[in-house]
Amino acid sequence: MAITDIGPPDFRNHLPEVIKKNYGTWKYHEIVKPGVLKHVGESGDELYSVRVGSPKLVCTDFIRDLCEIADKYCDGKMRFTSRYNPEFLTDKAENVDSIIAAAQAIGLPVGGTGRGISNMVHTQGWIHCHTPATDASGMVKAIMDELYPYFVGEKTLPNKLKLSLACCINMCGAIHATDLAVVGVHTKIPAVNDETFNAQCETPTTMAGCPTGAIRRHPDKDIKSVVVSEEKCMYCGNCYTICPSMPIANPENDGVMIYVGGKTANVRTPSMLSRVAVPFIANNPPRWPEVIGVLKTIIETYAKDARSPERVGEWIERIGWEKFFERTGLPFTSQCIDDFGAGARASLRASTQFKW
Amino acid sequence: MSETPMMDELEKGPWPSFVTQIKRAGESKALMADSSKDLLRQQETAFREKQGLWKHGGIVGVKGYGGGVIGRYHMRPEEYPGLEHFHTMRVNHPCGWFYTSDKLRELCDIWDNHGSGLTNFHGSTGDVIFLGTNSDHLQPIADDLSEKGWDIGSSGSALRTPTGCVGPARCEYAGFDTLDFIHDITNTFQDEIHRPPFPYKTKIKASGCCNDCVAAMGRSDTPVIGTWRDELRIDNDAVKEYMDSGMNVQTLIVDNCPTAALEMVNGKLELARAEDCTRCMHCINWMPKAIRPGVDKGATILVGAKAPVLDGAVLATVVIPFMKMEPPYTEFKEYWEKAMDWWDENGKVRERIAELIDRVGFDTFIKAMDIEPVPQMVWRPRANPYIFWRDEEPPKLDEFKKYIH
Repeated sequence: MAITDIGPPDFRNHLPEVIKKNYGTWKYHEIVKPGVLKHVGESGDELYSVRVGSPKLVCTDFIRDLCEIADKYCDGKMRFTSRYNPEFLTDKAENVDSIIAAAQAIGLPVGGTGRGISNMVHTQGWIHCHTPATDASGMVKAIMDELYPYFVGEKTLPNKLKLSLACCINMCGAIHATDLAVVGVHTKIPAVNDETFNAQCETPTTMAGCPTGAIRRHPDKDIKSVVVSEEKCMYCGNCYTICPSMPIANPENDGVMIYVGGKTANVRTPSMLSRVAVPFIANNPPRWPEVIGVLKTIIETYAKDARSPERVGEWIERIGWEKFFERTGLPFTSQCIDDFGAGARASLRASTQFKW
Repeated sequence: MSETPMMDELEKGPWPSFVTQIKRAGESKALMADSSKDLLRQQETAFREKQGLWKHGGIVGVKGYGGGVIGRYHMRPEEYPGLEHFHTMRVNHPCGWFYTSDKLRELCDIWDNHGSGLTNFHGSTGDVIFLGTNSDHLQPIADDLSEKGWDIGSSGSALRTPTGCVGPARCEYAGFDTLDFIHDITNTFQDEIHRPPFPYKTKIKASGCCNDCVAAMGRSDTPVIGTWRDELRIDNDAVKEYMDSGMNVQTLIVDNCPTAALEMVNGKLELARAEDCTRCMHCINWMPKAIRPGVDKGATILVGAKAPVLDGAVLATVVIPFMKMEPPYTEFKEYWEKAMDWWDENGKVRERIAELIDRVGFDTFIKAMDIEPVPQMVWRPRANPYIFWRDEEPPKLDEFKKYIH
């Protein structure tokens, strides 16, 4: 019988010796080459971190493969980044190239550091999510296949570029504050199942879950269900998250939105929310070539046009969104203009300062 | 003729493929390896039909806990019998995601004894995800984990598994010990983690500096972001090294300082206007050998970040500009408990704390916290004149006598 409430294992028991010795007294770091960080302590000790790319969905045997590399070159010590990259930790410079070779031998690219793209943060998608408007792992694989040169350092950018994907607007991860993101969306209202609603759902909770108040009780008192206003519904699907009797997934009309220009860092400029650059691209599995085409267009325009150290959002703020749409060739449509709530006005341009 | 042509297609290309992982799990010694085979086939169907095939999860759990396990059932169990139940269990990760190979193998062995062999290292919040088992195995997994010193993560209207950046274990930027802090509060608030007591989810994330490598500013109701109160430190010998290697310090560093606090004076880089520095980390990021944070370290406590549901995505805002972060973090814990009590008492079901603050006013929140208003909490004061004095007396005339001159 389990003892409960014990919390996680103490991380201190998992630290390499060089980290224990230099904990809190690191002096500086360098990026030795793509995927290899070197941290130097005030003591003069060195720590090498070899960062690799990986899927987020991995089997136990894969983890055992990582363990073998860690055992051979790192005294069994390794970690993961907040973006799912395995990192192998060693104080021995001579082990770095062996780690790189071992990782590459099991198909893992080495990179994700510096002015490029690291792992793409993403959600469960069709693998496991009950509210997806698109897939996650599949599209991420397709995207990273194309953006691979930016991960391994063959191509660089004006600054780091964080990519993420959410299979619906719940955005399970910081998708709303990221340089470039793909978000699954619906474009048709839910189809309420009047027969099952009463058994499966609570009316007040379901109604309260709608950001625009589009749900009301069914006008026929004998039908214990709700109706959805076509004028007010913007197909967010939150009602379905709350109530299984309001399915909203619609294969022909579901797809993705492309978001641009967010960041959580407060470096140089304050944190920024991501903004809608492309309101809708239909799903096209297995590789979503249209989505990839748009992402590459944005990245290549940023690469050419931005001045280091600008992040994507900073580049756009400097040139102006009119120039972003012009230089990427993406259409600016009415769906790009905010119309939700009191905050919408803040995004309107209260100035005559614009570029032609 | 393959049953899964689109999945096979996604094994091609340079990026390591999740399809390879699923296939490997399907051939592994995991107890429910067959369910991984079914998973791949259902994924092919989902791709063909362009829709997900999972039902809403029912309530499943383990003894003593109200969360950490997500129930999941497939819509077509007759076609994919291995997926009839395919629940997910969250395992609280060690802080900073530091592991030993022994501990990783422990997790793999436990999971292979009970499930599909598929995992996420890690989930978005930070837990290890055991992906795919049935209801009969949930308690045995919890028992096996506990025996080896592991615990379940959280879900639902609880404190979600706290996470922190790599901090002082590796990073010279860390303004406080993010790892010790996260480990400490995770253990202190086990009750709030395992038995959901709140109106909705709440998250604590700790980043050692404003680079914010755990994206606390974007998704944490209570971000704790490392900072310093004194001055950053410049080593001009190292500045010269960067210059000699070709860096244009004037344009890259000085001109990019958001508040023009830096200057080149007689060929040396100086913090000419120290009080203008907003500790944005730009100069430090680009010259880590030459510039270091100050030594009077602590953290800024913010409130309210969240994803779009319900009223839109929100970035966190400043509540406490500076807090010393010393174990056992009493000041932080008292603040957090007070904030959570206020939210619990005043929040509606499924209302995040940011939305409650939007509903009642930020000044109502800080009054309830007994925190004095400071300009660091706002970009600029209100423009509209609709001020609620309510029971508070407007200032008396005498208070302004001192300005007469």
